[in-house]
Amino acid sequence: MSVKKISKDDFAVFVDALIDKTSVIGVQAKGDRFDFAPLESAKDLRLDYDVTLQPPKKYFLPPTEVLMTFEIGGAYHSEYEDQPFVLLGVHPYDMVAINQMDELFQQDNYDTHYMKRRNNATIIACDVVKPSENVFASSMGTAVVRGGYDVLLTDVGGAYVVESGTPRGEKLLSEMKGTVADEAALKSRDAVWSKNEKGLNRHELKCDAAYLPRLLDKAYDHPVWEERAKTCFACGSCNQVCPTCYCFNVQDDVNWDLQTGKRERAWDGCLLNGFTKVAGEHEFRNARSDRFRHRLYRKAKYVPAKIGGQIACVGCGRCVAACLPDIANPVSVYNRLIDDLGIG
Amino acid sequence: MCQCCAEKKDIYLPQLATVMEAEAMNVTEKYLRLAMDDGQFDYIPGQFVEVSIAGIGEAPITITSSPTQKNGFEMVIRKIGNVTNAVHGLAKGAKIGIRGPLGDGTYPVEEAKGKNVVFICGGLGLVPQRAFINYVLDNRDDYGEVTILQGTKCYEQRLFVKEVAAWEKRDDVTMLETIDEPDDCWKGNVGVVTKLIPKVKTDLKSAVVLVCGPPVMYKFVLMSLEEYDVPHSNIFLNLERKMKCGVGKCGHCQINDVYCCMDGPVFRYSDLATLPEAI
Repeated sequence: MSVKKISKDDFAVFVDALIDKTSVIGVQAKGDRFDFAPLESAKDLRLDYDVTLQPPKKYFLPPTEVLMTFEIGGAYHSEYEDQPFVLLGVHPYDMVAINQMDELFQQDNYDTHYMKRRNNATIIACDVVKPSENVFASSMGTAVVRGGYDVLLTDVGGAYVVESGTPRGEKLLSEMKGTVADEAALKSRDAVWSKNEKGLNRHELKCDAAYLPRLLDKAYDHPVWEERAKTCFACGSCNQVCPTCYCFNVQDDVNWDLQTGKRERAWDGCLLNGFTKVAGEHEFRNARSDRFRHRLYRKAKYVPAKIGGQIACVGCGRCVAACLPDIANPVSVYNRLIDDLGIG
Repeated sequence: MCQCCAEKKDIYLPQLATVMEAEAMNVTEKYLRLAMDDGQFDYIPGQFVEVSIAGIGEAPITITSSPTQKNGFEMVIRKIGNVTNAVHGLAKGAKIGIRGPLGDGTYPVEEAKGKNVVFICGGLGLVPQRAFINYVLDNRDDYGEVTILQGTKCYEQRLFVKEVAAWEKRDDVTMLETIDEPDDCWKGNVGVVTKLIPKVKTDLKSAVVLVCGPPVMYKFVLMSLEEYDVPHSNIFLNLERKMKCGVGKCGHCQINDVYCCMDGPVFRYSDLATLPEAI
């Protein structure tokens, strides 16, 4: 795959041309913060952002999406949104999260609804320029990413080093101005990577992330779950902002004609009341502390077992910021366990 | 549609089935016999389907018939939630959506061959167990002694009354029944189902024991079986959980790291040792 160097002005020209051709979702300012939104002009693009309010997962697993339509008493018809789009400005930790979701939605039972959106997406990732207040991607080994994107951009001062990761990305690169990246540009990019590998670490995990599943093996009955959950509102904010949370509910919506309708899936969260409640009112994971524990076990033990050991917390820090009682920070929970239980 | 998606089926899309027979069993339970409109339906005892009522939603329901019965498949549904309430309104000839059969954790139809089998059922637990009971009875020579223990809350809630009476009459089946609440119409055992366990003549230690009932029942049944040193690897439990997708994605049915919908709903007790959320 080729590597180019492109000036920021030329890149803006490329983005505007891209917007003319296809739907482009890019990172933009939202008040004094940032979020992914449809991009109308390259001048709105903010690749110097720290973190977005919501992860880009909503473009593959929307907060609500129609799975099928039906006629009452009749057949069901699959519904798909079939729109190619470009997702511009995905940070490495979010790219890792997307890579994990790709695997989870393909394994065992292939989810055509997720994969349809995913296959329609061209992802232009970008390395982090400004660390966010709560990022701990360096601790999770997700500060840089080596795959999944079609194109990776690295800001090296006045220009971007751009590298393609797929044939689709290669084609995009061929449409960009710029020159083959020289030695100096590649060195600058290496410097960005080295800096980020250590520097995206506002909360420092006291162990190698790969050790977390084994740490949790001995932490099931630790008092930390109860202590933290005492002040948990069970609001599900941590679920909502998490790039690797993908639990969903399925609900029917009947149209005004009372003859037809649609079945939708909508985000759900394992911290919410009633997440495991069956008809007859029995709730299998009722205690708030059990739900709090379940989420962190999913991130660092249960989901990793399904995806070759990768930890399903990518260190974006969004849950840390979103949690009102300030209990969600995974690093502080894991560090507390390490303090009490040791490593090894 | 992209090629890779076009080649895959939509895992959430129900197929249509027709209600061939519908009958109220008592105030809360309804019996349904269904046939898939495309005719295709092969399953293993213990598997479940997602029953879909357009406009209401889906609910996971275990099949109560044995696959040895070729005349469609049967379900017994308690009126307790939105979907099941709607199912109770269906009459013969109605269309219903079905996804499945689902669940890789089924009854040990092969493993139990040549062994004595003991079914311990609490209330509605008879419904899933019946799939394997009738499978065993239809392949009677393949299995050893058959013992069925059934506990029901009250006399009116007894299920499959005629079928249970027929099992009772067979000399190759031991059928023991109890009801929790004494009733003038009932002359048999009174008390919870665990009270029947000491009456089992079969050597429990070497038997395959299958348990299904309300969540609260498992702990007590397992405590009783502990007294007879039944190896945990010979005990199979049919677990219930909230399920939305039934295909291991939505997360609702997770029991620690295991998905009840995919790895269950029938679990070997020894496999639950590492799952504190199971029982």
